[in-house]
Amino acid sequence: MRKLKSSAIGGTKRIFGDFHTAAGCCRIIGELGEKTMGTTFTLNGKSTTVDVDPQMPLLWVLRDTLNMTGTKFGCGMALCGACTVHINGEASRSCITPISSVAGKKITTIEGLSADASHPVQKAWIEEDVPQCGYCQSGQIMSAVALLAKNPKPSDADIDDAMSGNICRCGTYQRIRKAIHHAASLQAAK
Amino acid sequence: MATASSLDRREFLKKSVAGGAALVIGVYLPGKYEALAGVPAKEPTAINAWVQIAADDTTTLLIDKSEMGQGINTALTMILAEELDLDWKTIKTEFAPAAPQYFNPVFGLQGTGGSTSVRGSWEPLAKAGAAAREMLIAAAAKKWNVEPGACRTENSAVVHTASGKRIGYGELVEEAAKLAVPVNPKRKDAKDYKYVGKATKRIDSQVKVTGTAEFGIDVRRPTMLHAVVARCPVFGGTVKSFDATKAKAVRGVKSVQQITTGVAVVADNTWSAMEGRNALQITWDEGPNAKNSSDAIRKLYQGRMEQTGVIARKDGDADGTMGGATKKLEAVYEVPHLAHATMEPMNATADVRADGCDIYAPTQFQTFAQIVGSKLTGLQPEQVRIHTTYLGGGFGRRAELDFVGEAVELSKATSTPVQVTWSREDDMQHDFYRPTVLVKMWAGLDGKGKPVAWKSRIVGPSIMSRFFPGSIKNGLDDTATEGIATLKYDVPNFLVEYLLTETGVPVGFWRSVGNSHNGYIAECFVDEMAKAAGKDPFEFRRALLSKDSRQRGVLELAAEKAEWSKPVAAGRYRGIAVVESFGSYVAQVAEISIDRKAHTLQVHRVVAAVDCGRVVNPETIRAQIEGAIIYGLTAALKGEITIANGRVEQANFNDYDMVRINETPLVEVHIVESKDGPGGIGEPGTPPIAPAVCNAIFAATGKPVRQLPIRAEDLA
Repeated sequence: MRKLKSSAIGGTKRIFGDFHTAAGCCRIIGELGEKTMGTTFTLNGKSTTVDVDPQMPLLWVLRDTLNMTGTKFGCGMALCGACTVHINGEASRSCITPISSVAGKKITTIEGLSADASHPVQKAWIEEDVPQCGYCQSGQIMSAVALLAKNPKPSDADIDDAMSGNICRCGTYQRIRKAIHHAASLQAAK
Repeated sequence: MATASSLDRREFLKKSVAGGAALVIGVYLPGKYEALAGVPAKEPTAINAWVQIAADDTTTLLIDKSEMGQGINTALTMILAEELDLDWKTIKTEFAPAAPQYFNPVFGLQGTGGSTSVRGSWEPLAKAGAAAREMLIAAAAKKWNVEPGACRTENSAVVHTASGKRIGYGELVEEAAKLAVPVNPKRKDAKDYKYVGKATKRIDSQVKVTGTAEFGIDVRRPTMLHAVVARCPVFGGTVKSFDATKAKAVRGVKSVQQITTGVAVVADNTWSAMEGRNALQITWDEGPNAKNSSDAIRKLYQGRMEQTGVIARKDGDADGTMGGATKKLEAVYEVPHLAHATMEPMNATADVRADGCDIYAPTQFQTFAQIVGSKLTGLQPEQVRIHTTYLGGGFGRRAELDFVGEAVELSKATSTPVQVTWSREDDMQHDFYRPTVLVKMWAGLDGKGKPVAWKSRIVGPSIMSRFFPGSIKNGLDDTATEGIATLKYDVPNFLVEYLLTETGVPVGFWRSVGNSHNGYIAECFVDEMAKAAGKDPFEFRRALLSKDSRQRGVLELAAEKAEWSKPVAAGRYRGIAVVESFGSYVAQVAEISIDRKAHTLQVHRVVAAVDCGRVVNPETIRAQIEGAIIYGLTAALKGEITIANGRVEQANFNDYDMVRINETPLVEVHIVESKDGPGGIGEPGTPPIAPAVCNAIFAATGKPVRQLPIRAEDLA
């Protein structure tokens, strides 16, 4: 893979911005341009092709190839849930998902929920003051969104079942539980 | 403003004021930064914050503490906004660069830890805010040709009270910047507080629920490469030789570098670097710790326990009184090493160039990061710019500098920005662990069951001897004895001894430090004493605490809210504990049930009472206590790092698991109203939970829990 061309070399400007949009990502992949087999999938509604080792986990493709850093690395073994994304609507651990296995599938990441925190789960998270350090919250939110899509009015036990794969070292669980109930009522009111 | 640290302060002020961009209020030290631009050099007060007000009233607050979840950027913003009468909607925050003006007044260094942030920053920040407000009023008064006393402020504007004329802070910036900084600005009366003391939502939730908060691991720089490091699995071991041929053949790998901590693989993405590392063939010199083990450390401690320690506290004659006591108790308690396991594994990014170095790091210690950068590059400290990102958890781990040094070495070696990322296994096996300690407790009770003698002998390693060696006096490390030596129970003969015993395992600050183990040990032993005295554990403690003590205040509040005086539901058991730490007082009542056949425990409910003095944000206090309880509960129920063949045996969350949502009790937090100065809040919620739960087990089984984590046999 060639390195990114950037006009900001040596400067202090961050290279964010364009990378946060799927279109930007695709353009960058185009620039990277090695002509071997790529993997094509739908990322937050946009068709995306990457040319990387087929075994490379989706997590690292998102974070390092596409520079979409909202999805977090926590354990690399599907033990903590920090890397949770949706693959065809299912909450999935991107850290153990080889990129070749998502060909043709629909991926949604935290960046795909909303950019302005307007998704009911994001709203509920803010209203219940859930995040502390915030590192696990992308994964927590993605797990919660997947739960609510299947079960619009989950019980505490349902929440425990769906969310016990997501570790929060700051211990925000009580607020996560409240926020999921809150999001359920926001969604019901829509 | 991220580059402000690279500029001389006066130069910076000139630039920003000349550019009409900002009013910069008062961060200077007497004798060092004597003057603001154009202001006579006579201000004696050191103010410890940046306030920048732009022409459009947007106010940028530079946060000089690391935000690792504890809500400090919200709290510091509230303090500044209060005294400055800011419109909440106009506020933006940035993390401050590393510079002397941001030194934590408690440490004399720029850093975040010891639950010092609000304690240390309240006065200087409130004063900085009040000074800025007076200068803005003076500028407006001059403009209107009225007395400053005829003006007031509200929502980022100065108002002339009689006429109702109003002018935004942004329009006053340039004039105000030319005025002298008041030495003793008038502070708001607490009864007029609009923000401080009011439950306020965190200011960083939006970025944290959209995935846009920039943690250290999220830093992306042009041409940046990714690195992982193979470190010797045995502490203190070194590289004997290595073969990088296979590693270099991995797709994406750029180079292999030997650095101080091991062998690094540098690649164009993290995964390739990890794959490359797997392909490295390294022969280690495992060094003197190759045979170390948890059993060996335990035996070492047991031997040391036979000796007399250095006296950490001595009231009366504990040994003499013990002999004549009616009842005597003796118990040995033990706790294991613990890893921090922040959710964001260690990482840092460095960009070393001939003319300077930029370090992007989730660090708790900016000053040390700057020193490390300077030492490794040969650059002057002021050429090393520290960009603090959000921290995905800190808990003391990010007070260390190992990960920063690696990034700097690798950027220097490769002449390109490098991000070093630790895997979870790296993070768990190369931590600076909460020390394992062995503590022997003795107590003597008189005929009425009142304790007349208390003695503790603590055997364990020293954190401070590595971190701040100058603080070790006569072999004493306060962080090893706090939580026992600091007890306020009325026991006339009280002796605490310490035997500093190094183990070869690196140890460091872990949320609540010595209180995390000594709080557990002291409070469980108090329950053993209460039982020997035939007293209720709550009443026993209460009788040993002076009437107006803050410990007794929180103890009584927790007991009242948990309805301690009423019988607990069938099948449920309660335990109580109270611990003072970091200037705050926390009591907790834990309610549990035990399945004796399955040897399992459930913690159903925890009622916490906290007295942390003056409250800035009650919502943060609740959140911190809730979280600290989960942190401490993980340690009580699961946490154990063990050593075999010099190596940490645990590697990931499968063998070092965390409390999860399905094990989370209902936590209620009750805050004592107080006019005392602010205490810490990030840590004090952690120590009481292990003893509260263990005391509930003691109530259920009649057997004290003298070793953590709680084991199946404790539940029989």
